[in-house]
Amino acid sequence: MNEYADLLIIGAGPAGMSAALAAASSGARIVVLDDNPLPGGQIWRDGPQASLPDQARQMRERLQANSNIRHHAGTRVIALAGAKQLLVEDADRGWLIGYDKLILCTGARELLLPFPGWTLPGVTGAGGLQALIKGGLPVQDERVVIAGSGPLLLASAATAKHNGAQVLRIAEQASAVAVAGFALQLPRWPGKLVQSFSLFDRHYRTGSHVVAALGNDRLEAVRLRHRGKIVELACDRLACGFGLIPNTQLGQALGCALDGSALAVDAWQTTSHTDHYAAGECTGFGGSELALVEGAIAGHVAVGNTAAARNLWPRRARWQGFAKALNSAFGLDPQLKSLAQPDTLVCRCEDVPYSALSGHVGWREAKLASRCGMGACQGRVCGGALQYLFDWQPTAPRPPFNPARIETLMCLDDTPPV
Amino acid sequence: MNQGLVADVIVIGAGIIGAACAQALARRGLRVLVLDAGLHGATAAGMGHLLVLDDNPAELALSQYSVQRWREQAPQLPESCAYRSNGTLWLAANAEEMAVAQSKHMNLQARGVTCELITGNALHAREPELRDGLEGGLLINGDGILYAPATANWMLDTPGIEQRRARVSELDGNRVRLDDGQWLNAEAVILANGIQANDLCPELPIEPKKGHLLITDRYPRKVTHTLVELGYVTSAHNATGPSTACNIQPRPTGQLFIGASRQFGTTDPQVEGWMLAKMLKRATEYMPGLAQLNGIRAWTGFRAASPDGLPLIGQHPKRKGLWLAVGHEGMGVTTAPGTADLLVAQLFNETPPLAVQPYLPQRFLEEAAYA
Repeated sequence: MNEYADLLIIGAGPAGMSAALAAASSGARIVVLDDNPLPGGQIWRDGPQASLPDQARQMRERLQANSNIRHHAGTRVIALAGAKQLLVEDADRGWLIGYDKLILCTGARELLLPFPGWTLPGVTGAGGLQALIKGGLPVQDERVVIAGSGPLLLASAATAKHNGAQVLRIAEQASAVAVAGFALQLPRWPGKLVQSFSLFDRHYRTGSHVVAALGNDRLEAVRLRHRGKIVELACDRLACGFGLIPNTQLGQALGCALDGSALAVDAWQTTSHTDHYAAGECTGFGGSELALVEGAIAGHVAVGNTAAARNLWPRRARWQGFAKALNSAFGLDPQLKSLAQPDTLVCRCEDVPYSALSGHVGWREAKLASRCGMGACQGRVCGGALQYLFDWQPTAPRPPFNPARIETLMCLDDTPPV
Repeated sequence: MNQGLVADVIVIGAGIIGAACAQALARRGLRVLVLDAGLHGATAAGMGHLLVLDDNPAELALSQYSVQRWREQAPQLPESCAYRSNGTLWLAANAEEMAVAQSKHMNLQARGVTCELITGNALHAREPELRDGLEGGLLINGDGILYAPATANWMLDTPGIEQRRARVSELDGNRVRLDDGQWLNAEAVILANGIQANDLCPELPIEPKKGHLLITDRYPRKVTHTLVELGYVTSAHNATGPSTACNIQPRPTGQLFIGASRQFGTTDPQVEGWMLAKMLKRATEYMPGLAQLNGIRAWTGFRAASPDGLPLIGQHPKRKGLWLAVGHEGMGVTTAPGTADLLVAQLFNETPPLAVQPYLPQRFLEEAAYA
């Protein structure tokens, strides 16, 4: 079965939902693809232990209420199938979707850096732990340490506490000066100021980073460096994330140019590729408020309503300012590049230690020699780490963009192009 | 070593052929400098299938000798080289292909290659995932597989070999010029850079043949042998247009390689969806259960093919001091040991282990001007 959309939106997080709702009144046939079971993205991930904000619920209801918006959950893009046509797959089948306009709202993933013990059971990403808890993981009375960088640490800690965990420490690698400088700017965005008070935790420490996760078969303790001194905390869980990496692979495969590590867009959220737009974290980390307004601008522009889009520019500028303050405050300390020891695994799919990677000239050579990034995650985890550690640029994405049933790949037209 | 020489021998290309030549020379006590431009070569893209092929006597002689050499070397190969002697099972879909299997069987047995004919039911017992109704097959027991990039690196680790990342821009007999303008001299230069050989030596009749490959997630013990359709002999090797053939190889990780495709007249490395689909459809015709497995990665590579399908091994007839080890098409990994032995024997003016005549570059390049 093939499908057609006037407007195809990839991702149903805040940016994707906002784009669909902005475009809906045009009457365009809109299809939203999302690889999660329910709309909301990472920030509004739903689950048995999730408490969604009203805004997320309302947006979800409005998505459902619009008869011209079709939402495919649990669906991933596998390959380009031709001009303005994608091969996609869900749990049951693969099919082709043609489109006229496309908005990339593919979000971001956590940057996980290798350190001794990071592959022990009990160690997750910061966002990873939050997602697990929302999905039903019981953490009642568990001792949790949260480490890494960025506002996600506070959000993850709040979720853990809300579900009965005892958060022993939130270790932010950024310096006190940087974080205080950021906090001083918060009154420019009153909502964020209130949010930061509600998330603030007396166990929050700046200038503090993980050195090792300790334990034999499972995590037993965490070793941290706090302002030059080593401390050890016995705990049951460590949630460690070093910020977010924009998911640009699909955009790159479509031919959209990058600006740094994110998809490049102009004032209309248009990428370098005509009729292709991008919004939200895949264009750079900025939080859900920025994603919402960028999504709305992209949605309006994609259906030709440039006036409505232009009206949103001031709001976007305000949240871009917030994003800028955030990104400069939480820049990573170069010391984090030396956390991995020679025997620390970097690629956990293929069990490749740091010693097998250092000394190579680039990602491709290292990959061929060590099998790093050749496993099921296809370098989604280690690729980001190696880009940070060695400044190795990931190779251009090739189909299948995600693991896909061979049956799905056989949906591609097998006649040679003329 | 003479004054002014950077090494006894310069090898251009650090793929499996260059690495095998370098190792063979270094083991004889020569100092070898291996230059590699870091371009994408066939060694990294191929399946690492070690197989005896008998389309003609010269191909059979070189592949049989080489597979035997791999078997001898196997105990020394580190685990990262992933060598396995799992055999190739050639699949016959109909009576016509079974007749091909029978004649191959006779031919190979006559040459001392261990192999067995397998008929319908027995085939299913050997490889339960194959579809019902296949006519039979030919199992070549001594064939194997390895992971070629790691094997090339292991060869290059031999004492006496120096490796340098450098792009060669010009050849002049036994000296080479790098793209920074610097000239390097040696007693001999070996050109072993596969598909890039034409850039330095435009008179070589090497043509790129593009191939696609896909690898699955881990499904241990689903397949034992490397499974190749006998139609391969007719459909892929001899066709002039794009073609596919069923080629399924179990990796030691439990993953499966699925190939194979051939395209001419292109140097575009993109994975092409239509060709991927065509290739996978062909493979699932033989093994329907593949359809439900997850493919995790696909890529392409280019085989450096000569007009008669045999490599060029020997001194360039018009460029004294320049030795060729190119044009192996899909057989470079298999025939690397044989290629190295033939080349080294010629360099040292020794009796080669096989008759060199069919592989000499003279067959395409006019007779030596300097002789």
